[in-house]
Amino acid sequence: MQPKEVTLASLSNLRPGESGLIREMRPTKTNLRHRLMEMGVLTGSRIELIRVAPFGDPLEVRVCGYRLSLRKVEAESVLVSKDPP
Amino acid sequence: MLSDLTTPSRTIAAVGNPNSGKTTLFNTLTGMRQKIANYPGVTVERIEGRLSFPDGTSAVLIDLPGTYSLNPRSPDEHIVVDILLKRSTDSIPDLILCVVDATNLTRNLYLVSQVLDQRLPVVVALTMVDLARKQGLGLDIAGLEEELGVPVIPVVASTGEGLEELVVSLRNTHTPSQKSRTWSLPKPIHHEHEELVDILRGENMSEPAAFHEAIGLLAAEDMGNGATHRFSKNVLDHVRKDHEKLDFLGFDRQTVFVEARYAWITRVCSNVTKKSTSFQNPIGTLDRFLAHKVWGLVFFLAIMALLFYSVFTWATIPMDLIGNGFDWLGVQVTTFLPEGELRDLVVNGAIAGVAAVVTFVPQIFLLSLCLCLLEDTGYMARAAFMMDKLLHGVGLHGKSFVPLLSSFACAIPGIMATRTIESPRDRLVTILVAPLMGCSARLPVYTLLIAGFIPATLLWGFLPLPAVVLLSLYVLGVVAAMAVAAVFRKTFLSDIPSSFVLELPPYRMPSLRTVLINVLERCWLFLKRAGTFILGVSIILWFLASYPKLEHATPAEQLKQSFAGRAGQVIEPLIRPLGFDWKIGIGLISSILQREVFVSTMGTVYNLQKEDSNEGSVSLREHLQHDRNESTGKPTFTMLTAICLMVYYALAMQCLSTVAVVRRETNGWKWPLFQIGYMTVLAYTVTFAVYRFGLFMGLDG
Repeated sequence: MQPKEVTLASLSNLRPGESGLIREMRPTKTNLRHRLMEMGVLTGSRIELIRVAPFGDPLEVRVCGYRLSLRKVEAESVLVSKDPP
Repeated sequence: MLSDLTTPSRTIAAVGNPNSGKTTLFNTLTGMRQKIANYPGVTVERIEGRLSFPDGTSAVLIDLPGTYSLNPRSPDEHIVVDILLKRSTDSIPDLILCVVDATNLTRNLYLVSQVLDQRLPVVVALTMVDLARKQGLGLDIAGLEEELGVPVIPVVASTGEGLEELVVSLRNTHTPSQKSRTWSLPKPIHHEHEELVDILRGENMSEPAAFHEAIGLLAAEDMGNGATHRFSKNVLDHVRKDHEKLDFLGFDRQTVFVEARYAWITRVCSNVTKKSTSFQNPIGTLDRFLAHKVWGLVFFLAIMALLFYSVFTWATIPMDLIGNGFDWLGVQVTTFLPEGELRDLVVNGAIAGVAAVVTFVPQIFLLSLCLCLLEDTGYMARAAFMMDKLLHGVGLHGKSFVPLLSSFACAIPGIMATRTIESPRDRLVTILVAPLMGCSARLPVYTLLIAGFIPATLLWGFLPLPAVVLLSLYVLGVVAAMAVAAVFRKTFLSDIPSSFVLELPPYRMPSLRTVLINVLERCWLFLKRAGTFILGVSIILWFLASYPKLEHATPAEQLKQSFAGRAGQVIEPLIRPLGFDWKIGIGLISSILQREVFVSTMGTVYNLQKEDSNEGSVSLREHLQHDRNESTGKPTFTMLTAICLMVYYALAMQCLSTVAVVRRETNGWKWPLFQIGYMTVLAYTVTFAVYRFGLFMGLDG
């Protein structure tokens, strides 16, 4: 069930305004994967990076109809296929 | 417990996601008839109020902390789960009021689905329906009731829409949903889950609790964690085998349960919502400015500046009024009561002591008001978002921001607010440094000493020196807190990285009622302290400073020979290196349990020293300025002494209530004792350094 050549990017590599479809949730160092999923950050959901905090971390994203903040280290384990601009 | 005569027969627990409007709804339903236990020994576990029904009966309504799920990560969320799963022995709820934000049905229904699994009677209150309408979101309420199998009542707390129906529904709902559980698991998992539920039930667990625990056990990453101590070896062995089997079959055990619920939620949502073509999810244009890299920070600093400016300038007007009121009261009592011990006790002991503290209610009012407004508009979440990186750098957490800022009002609510922090170590460090933030009880001490000993000159021609000194004391507290946190994290509290997951809720107009209830509650608690503890200490101190009576002694000699005076002289060698004499020693001893007592102590001590007790008009400040050490003839207080004293008060613990709360929140004496220890050493060392430096710079000691 290999989809057509998709290169997956990690959420932390998106630029503000870019969005994508979540393809994989890797376990995070901080054991946060389960809670993120419970809050609607699920494989198959669309996620958009809205902005980066003034000092470069954390990130603000829009997912599941609301806005959520998470650190870069956590966003690294959310893999997305970028939407075309 | 509650003051009404009839005892409510039922207990209703309100649960919901953070920012779902739960607390606003709770306040609307219970009004001022609520109780926040907030004292040593009985610290806040929950907020409860009384809900009266039209038929004259009533129920206790408990406002549980907001949570996204019944798989708890923070101490706050543990409280919710313990109550819903009936693990805690008190307050087993008869009915659950589930508060659901209509503008974010999907995520809110996740918790609802977990609550429904518990087979308790449930009523769903659908909040923010006015906002949903405005966004063009149509909701089929009857359809939602049908899907969930429980009453669903749309409400708008600000206008009162739907409240009557909600109250009637809360009165009349006695049975759980008759529907069978609505979400389903893939076959193999379903089978293992059912088997595990049966085993758990065989060990005397109720069906709903077993249902919930079985999910948690199957989804657990491994069995080595401490969370498994509640289960027998038999259960754990079985779970281990299940894990192996499901892992072999290629299931992602964590994901499968969450996805199964969301599959059900997605179906429900598409059945009951109609998004009109104009439907728009608000992007939050305000944050383009308020969370901007540059303007966001500028605005943040401006807000903080305004907050402290208002507290220190606007509050002085009502403070002076209250002060004058008490002076007037003292004069009245002086004319009505015959001269003697009783008058002395009332005027110099009770009134002087309590007045010194009550004067600060306006400042506490303003500070709590500002904090409450920032919290309820949603700005605090942005502040935490912007500050996380900096706080993380010194070993704290973005979520430490709100507890630390609240600690400027009082460390007790600040320390309790740390319950939202998931990582135990982040939370502990925040608790340990929170009392270093300049709480409002320090203000009376600062204000008195600054007014008395810091000349109102301009620094570099434009900065008023008293304001600079006051600001420096606050900065000292913050810098000390950051430094201490960094040291703790580098030494004995270093460990696993923590995470930062925080919802940034839409900006909302705060509910005036909720804000007022909160602020008045805070002021009332402060006043209660003034009326009980401080009144008591003032009277005891008056006694200790007045007895044993000497014949024909001057008031100054009398004070020196009194119990309090002797105690001050005993500790004088210890505090001499800091530039303090035995009179300040009396103040230090009396304020060990509560720092603001210093001001009333000084009030009592100096009122007693007055040559003529009818002079009345000389303020405490002037007494301090003119007081001289009787052996050396030098002033007791100089600018340097005052500064040293303020530095000491900025860094020392001196608060029994905080110690009690820390003991409770950390489950033992280890951390509060450690905290008292490190703060005392810190206060003594820094004060000593400041005193030596001051002398070196040529200031008078």
